[in-house]
Amino acid sequence: MNAIILSAIWGVVLMFCSVLIKNKGVYRHIAALGLLVILAGNIHETYHGSFFNIDTHEMLRFSRFGLFFNTILLAATLLYVLLSGRDVEKAGGYVAEYFTLIFFVLCGASILTSFNTLLMLFIGIEILSIPLYILTGSDKRNLRSNEAALKYFLMGAFSTGILLMGIALVYGGTGSFMLEVPRSAIMGGYKGVSFLEVTGLLFLLVAMSFKVSAAPFHFWTPDVYDGAPSVFTSFMATIVKAAAFAAFLKLFEARVGDTSAAVDWKLLLSIIIVSTLLIGNVTAVFQQSVKRMLAYSSIAQAGFMLFAVFSLNDVAKEGLLLYATAYSLATIGVFAVLIKMKDVTFEGFNGLARKNPVLAATTTICLLSLAGIPLTAGFFAKFSMLSAVIKTGTYTWLVVVAVLFAAVSAYYYFRVIQAMYFKEGDAQTEEVTGGFKVLLIAVAALVILFGVQPQALLNWFYF
Amino acid sequence: MPIQYYIALASCLFCIGIVGVLVRRNAIIIFMCIELMLNAVNLLLVAFSKMYHGGAALSNATTTAGVDGQLFVFFIMVVAAAEVSVGLAVIVMMYRNVHSVDVNFLNRLKN
Repeated sequence: MNAIILSAIWGVVLMFCSVLIKNKGVYRHIAALGLLVILAGNIHETYHGSFFNIDTHEMLRFSRFGLFFNTILLAATLLYVLLSGRDVEKAGGYVAEYFTLIFFVLCGASILTSFNTLLMLFIGIEILSIPLYILTGSDKRNLRSNEAALKYFLMGAFSTGILLMGIALVYGGTGSFMLEVPRSAIMGGYKGVSFLEVTGLLFLLVAMSFKVSAAPFHFWTPDVYDGAPSVFTSFMATIVKAAAFAAFLKLFEARVGDTSAAVDWKLLLSIIIVSTLLIGNVTAVFQQSVKRMLAYSSIAQAGFMLFAVFSLNDVAKEGLLLYATAYSLATIGVFAVLIKMKDVTFEGFNGLARKNPVLAATTTICLLSLAGIPLTAGFFAKFSMLSAVIKTGTYTWLVVVAVLFAAVSAYYYFRVIQAMYFKEGDAQTEEVTGGFKVLLIAVAALVILFGVQPQALLNWFYF
Repeated sequence: MPIQYYIALASCLFCIGIVGVLVRRNAIIIFMCIELMLNAVNLLLVAFSKMYHGGAALSNATTTAGVDGQLFVFFIMVVAAAEVSVGLAVIVMMYRNVHSVDVNFLNRLKN
């Protein structure tokens, strides 16, 4: 509750700041301050309860998992603002509004981690998506940005239509929008799984796959991530995607058990996972631009995160927390460096190690984490996802497929590392401040810390 | 009228919307087709709401069962309006730059 209300309020505060304060450099400090306040409020709520006592009629339910997920999202956003806040100022003319929209996205994300009715799922997804359409098109003179915004908008609205149809059909089948409907409470006294409910859930599966960019509904992702200003791509690929996954997990955790007699969810999801891993990893190999490669790699990482939705057990929930953390940290780190590069193709990274060793070293650590190399956070994230699958006892061949594709992913991540360290070239970067370097080193240190001690994160979750 | 008629009508409208999105090339018409999809959902929700209300009202005349379906429709309308405002702004921005709203123009990002 704290995160939802405070982030909405801080968004409005920033809107007023854009009128009252003319100095553009101040906005990112206000945003960082706001994130600290919201983060503190959220942590307070985790242990001592919310500041606000509002009766939501069970439409929102604040579980430990959701609150902890909020903490991760907020901390990742704070890191993002600290690292890339300066670049947000360069994206376009309306700096305070961009930060405002980021806060509104966070409001939507914290609804998505705590929804308890399908109504709140819908509202959360829309609050999350609509600001993103604007952020994608923020570079108004740039045709690529325009095109990405239009494409994202049309695809997003289309998937919202499918989501709503799913919700309407589930309502038709059960007579309630609540996330968990006891079979005995279904109106009309029908005890089985009705055709309407199953069709509705299939629509919901498609719509959520759209939002998390799982194949075969991923086709908007590369174009949108490539066309949007890099700062906002970084935000979309990490915080937004993690929030969508939290919602996906919550939705299917509540509904799959009752309907598994009617639909083989595991088979459906395993098809989606394998095609996501295949398309994401194989297409990423052929990219010439690092930005576009990261877009495809985010599809591939979504394939791994889908294992949590596939296995739906405690290990999977822990795994999703770890994965969201590891993936967000590493991707924010890589993008922070990418934004500073003058040329975002692989050639643009040639010889970065000699020119700017700190940037090269931290990028290397983040890329290794994305590839899942041991001693980085990404390794334990992937490990816990795979152990969640093994714990379900079925479809263990998925683990083999996943490991094979993780090996493929190492190829394109190492291409960047190779360009930085082993190729001659003159990598052009923008001016990099000392504070930026310190933060990057902190990100890399966190990646290694969670790689050596993943329990540091998870113990905190259970404490 | 039986609920099946409403479901059939709503599915037809929804399918027309989906086919329109996939086939048409004008951004505004695609957008209209998306609105058609949303309105098919509204129709369906109201029909289900009436169905559940009618069923519960047989035993209890003052029941509020089924009201949530109609409430949902209002939320869909409000959110769709918000989406329209952003969407039309995006389309206008596109039009200013390329003087066309044809989505066939959207191929610069492919290579």
